[in-house]
Amino acid sequence: MSDLLLHESADGGRLRIAGRGAWVAENADALEAEINAATGGNAATKHVDIDMGRVEQLDTFGAWLLERLTRGFSARGCETNVTGLKEDYRALMDEVRSVKPAQAPPRRGNALADTVAGVGKSVASVGATFVSFLNMLGAIAIALLRVLGRPRSFRFASMVHQLDNVGWRAVPIIVLITFLIGCIIAQQGIFHFRKFGADSYVVDMVGILVLRELGVLIVTIMVAGRSGSAYTAELGAMKMREEIDALRTMGFDPVEVLILPRIIALLIGVPILTFLGSMAALYGGGLVCWLYGGIDPDIYMQRLKEAISLDTFKVGMIKAPFMALVIGVVACVEGLAVKGSSESLGMQTTASVVESIFLVIVLDGLFAIFFASIGM
Amino acid sequence: MAGRNGKEIVIEVRDVVVGFGSHVVLDHVNLDVYRGEILGFVGGSGAGKSVLMRTIIGLLPKRGGTIKVFGVDLAAASDVQRHAIERRWGVLFQQGALFSSLTVRENLQFPIREYLKLSPRLLDELVVAKLEMVGLDPSVLAKFPSELSGGMTKRVGLARALALDPEIVFLDEPTSGLDPIGAGEFDSLIATLQRTLGLTVFMVTHDLDSLHTVCDRIAVLADHKVIAAGTMETMLASPHPWLRAYFHGKRSRAIQPDTARA
Repeated sequence: MSDLLLHESADGGRLRIAGRGAWVAENADALEAEINAATGGNAATKHVDIDMGRVEQLDTFGAWLLERLTRGFSARGCETNVTGLKEDYRALMDEVRSVKPAQAPPRRGNALADTVAGVGKSVASVGATFVSFLNMLGAIAIALLRVLGRPRSFRFASMVHQLDNVGWRAVPIIVLITFLIGCIIAQQGIFHFRKFGADSYVVDMVGILVLRELGVLIVTIMVAGRSGSAYTAELGAMKMREEIDALRTMGFDPVEVLILPRIIALLIGVPILTFLGSMAALYGGGLVCWLYGGIDPDIYMQRLKEAISLDTFKVGMIKAPFMALVIGVVACVEGLAVKGSSESLGMQTTASVVESIFLVIVLDGLFAIFFASIGM
Repeated sequence: MAGRNGKEIVIEVRDVVVGFGSHVVLDHVNLDVYRGEILGFVGGSGAGKSVLMRTIIGLLPKRGGTIKVFGVDLAAASDVQRHAIERRWGVLFQQGALFSSLTVRENLQFPIREYLKLSPRLLDELVVAKLEMVGLDPSVLAKFPSELSGGMTKRVGLARALALDPEIVFLDEPTSGLDPIGAGEFDSLIATLQRTLGLTVFMVTHDLDSLHTVCDRIAVLADHKVIAAGTMETMLASPHPWLRAYFHGKRSRAIQPDTARA
């Protein structure tokens, strides 16, 4: 801003400052610089006259800067005198004069100490999260027992609605993805096994891999991303809007009303999706074996029967409900951990998906050890 | 630009039609708001008070008519003009609409940072000044909106609406959800700020006390139109059945001329 907002004349211990132009938000930056320069002036000044007669406009920004100017001189022991202020702005100046000096916002302490403290806090929070999982698991068990005691209190309609969302609506995407995974495994297998002349072992690989591991893993990862995140977001939004508190005050147990139907829907839906997914993957594998590897469908079926047993199938299916439980518990715990802000809703949803996928994979590893040791 | 009594019209609503689907909410509505007044805008629940407010500030599309703010037709204005005008008004939403992931300090600084380049020191000082103007202690600066009470949320919302020293402030039911004492304080706060900052206030409200104590003029929306606009005396004298029910009903005894105004 080229037009001066302040110009000074000094004689002896007396300093005269006159403001002019528009002391408004747009000019606040330029005005602040000039005010800082003016207050840092001659130490000999004892009296300051500020003439505001030629200031045409004044808003809160300008009023505060004028106040800061007078406070700056007063702090140095000068007597200040503001003249010529338009009558309209008197009320505004009175308002600004009563403002207490601002404290600077608390600045961060030692960066290193903060980092170390952050690491400690996140380690502690891992333990706390684990405890809250156990809590939720217990609460679900209690709610389940209570519902078994009086079956009529079970929210059957809600469970069916969730099953529709979690199971039925997920079928197309899950079948498509597992089908493609089956195709890719078969293609890679044929491509590499052909070098050893072991093409036909591709069928063994596809069968065992899909039924034991991949079918259930792909499905649960999809469900964690698709339904786990939805559970967390739904429950989190309900928590933010005090719907869960409302349920509690009406004498309902939120675990029984909201969480149990969701968990049971997952427990029913995930094994069905696992079965459908595994079949789609086997189908995709067979198709690629036929079209790309030249293995006739009859031979594919024949080899498949020899390669897999009922145990192979059971291993995959047994895991499915446990994984469903993990996804459900994680999603519900994270949903109830949402606090007031929209940012926390996003954070908890992210945490829900990441934790449930991680735990699903860890659980899969534990199952692998377990099944190996019992010879399944 | 100059309307009745030579006062400048800052918001001019002419023949505005707004509807959703087949439901017409506002049917050829006309309204003037003069510079420096506090206009109370009343009407039954669901009559479309907030709809008109949201149409004026450009959140809802209109089917017909013109809305001029500071003499500029917003529908015909360029983006630059629109921005310049949006900077000259502030809006307090019914629920405060504070950004939940930002602290009070950041909420108040957000509009200022967006439009102006100021030093961090000046920003911090201004935020304290704005907060004290709306009657809050600087200790709430570090809090998040979810940690504030209803009344505090409204005050912070008002401070944010005032952050850029607007000329017009739109208030959507500013006193709803506040206790009578809090509502009364909020009313006098609005009156004080209107005087000190020379604001024009467009206030959607249901609060008969607010209408009586702070509003210079009242506009009434009923049957999809503004059926009356004028002072409290005009409202009380009107023979229109809705106005009689509203201003002479059981809950309005406090504002009857023979009691409070005696």
